[in-house]
Amino acid sequence: MSIAAYFASLDVLKLTARMPGDMAQGIIWGLMALGVYITFRLLDIADLTVDGSFTTGGACTVMLILAGWPAWAALLAALAAGLLAGLVTGLLHTRLGIPAILAGILTQFSLWSVNLRIMGGAKGAANKSISPDQYHLLISLRSVPRAIAAGLFIAGIIIAVLYWYFGTEQGSAIRATGSNPAMSRAQGINIDAMKVLGLAISNALVALAGGLMAQYQGFSDINMGRGSIVIGLAAVIIGEVLCDAVFRKGSNFAVRLVFIVLGGIIYYLVVGIVLWLKLPSNDLKLFTAVVVAVFLAVPYLRARSKSSFQQAGRRGAHTHA
Amino acid sequence: MLDINHVSKTFNPGTINEKHALSDLDLHLREGDFVTVIGGNGAGKSTMLNAVAGVWPVDAGSIVIDGTDVTGLPEFRRAAYIGRVFQDPMMGTAPNMQIEENLALAYRRGHKRGLSWGVTRAERELYREKLKILGLGLESRMTSKVGLLSGGQRQALTLLMAALQKPKLLLLDEHTAALDPATAAKVLELSDRIVRENGLTALMITHNMKDAIQHGNRLIMMNEGKIILDIEGEEKKKLTKADLLNKFAEVAGVQEETDQVLLS
Repeated sequence: MSIAAYFASLDVLKLTARMPGDMAQGIIWGLMALGVYITFRLLDIADLTVDGSFTTGGACTVMLILAGWPAWAALLAALAAGLLAGLVTGLLHTRLGIPAILAGILTQFSLWSVNLRIMGGAKGAANKSISPDQYHLLISLRSVPRAIAAGLFIAGIIIAVLYWYFGTEQGSAIRATGSNPAMSRAQGINIDAMKVLGLAISNALVALAGGLMAQYQGFSDINMGRGSIVIGLAAVIIGEVLCDAVFRKGSNFAVRLVFIVLGGIIYYLVVGIVLWLKLPSNDLKLFTAVVVAVFLAVPYLRARSKSSFQQAGRRGAHTHA
Repeated sequence: MLDINHVSKTFNPGTINEKHALSDLDLHLREGDFVTVIGGNGAGKSTMLNAVAGVWPVDAGSIVIDGTDVTGLPEFRRAAYIGRVFQDPMMGTAPNMQIEENLALAYRRGHKRGLSWGVTRAERELYREKLKILGLGLESRMTSKVGLLSGGQRQALTLLMAALQKPKLLLLDEHTAALDPATAAKVLELSDRIVRENGLTALMITHNMKDAIQHGNRLIMMNEGKIILDIEGEEKKKLTKADLLNKFAEVAGVQEETDQVLLS
């Protein structure tokens, strides 16, 4: 296919048509990213539990709605399930001395079996669908504008709650634990308890996002959470870069959280454009990983460009003459 | 106020790196005692402070603060009684948090941390007044991140934080060692003032013999995990640097002799 033919085959209308749907999904991933932000930025722990707890949230929500629960109650149950998953990772880390990253991997790994059981009992099931025609769902791709409105509404509530919580004495203690554990202990903070609490809150949020995603797409699937951590990190990083660009003097915590949700939306819009450009969708994960790696590396490389041995060597060489 | 009763601690027991850091250490502080601690490297000064702070459990003996036996309490529980300033200025504050947030964390030392606001308006006024005492202009930068401050500023802030919620015991672990001479003098003067004005009971480790003589009402010298000199009151005031150096040499001489015996 010639380049001209390739461009001719791209239909701008198709792009604008898919954008609202991408946005709705982006909001849900943005919520998930808020959970990643709590562990990755506030607690300074890279928590890999999320790949499992996102699916757990989806599976719980679908099964409970199928069992006749109202959607909001099913979401709350998903929240509690995520809380438990975070608790397990936290206890593996603090009580049994397993490195945080490994504790997360262990919980995530075990959640695979748990999620199969949630969806199919002893025999297990890899997915469960739920029809928006038969059940009342909070959010569904049948009505994208409504899904966007509901997503933004829920995001608003969660940002308000997080802003309040991390401004309280307890929330401050969690932030202090991530910022300087030695100082926190000396100030009488039980840092093990704070880590467990932070991991539990983070995974509760991630599971809630999983519950919303399952409703939106109309099914839960054993693979729906795969790679969540990377997508979450991408959203966090995109949001933070944008936030720092807009507010050069630093920003309010609530504004930062808003930008992280925005990061999720932008990530999904970019994914939409990539797919629209007919780039092979199999390469999407590679593309995402490269984007995340580049953005994670930027602060380091920027610092090095100001001060490196190479430059010092070059400067030093001039003084020989 | 503080009773260290026959405390022993051995690091890496049963290995080639075995070290008897504290051996049958006994020290008793009255309320309002400001004790300076000197001694060579490896004498057990920091180990003693860490034992009191509860960084790790001791092997034998007990530690009692104001009548409460804290030997079995972990570090974060003992924090209710103890204010600390570390040698490393980076260690005493949370860099990603604001100056006022750091102060608020310290203000809640020893209290339950619940769901009320982390920093209240009334507290801010208190912090502003306290920061003015430092004379570093920090009272006008209360929402700045602590990571932006210099080492001296951070150490002064840590000192303020340690005394904000009056501790039963203040532990200063060579807290001026990492600062330049001018800043060190300022922080030391400030420490002296805070201890005196609040009537605190304090232990201060220093490598500077002049400082050890000038400050506090009591001086102890440590060697091989034991206290080998304990001077207070009038006797301490008369102490000279030469006296201490002689004592040091005496101890070091004893060590040299034993080395010679071993080698011959």
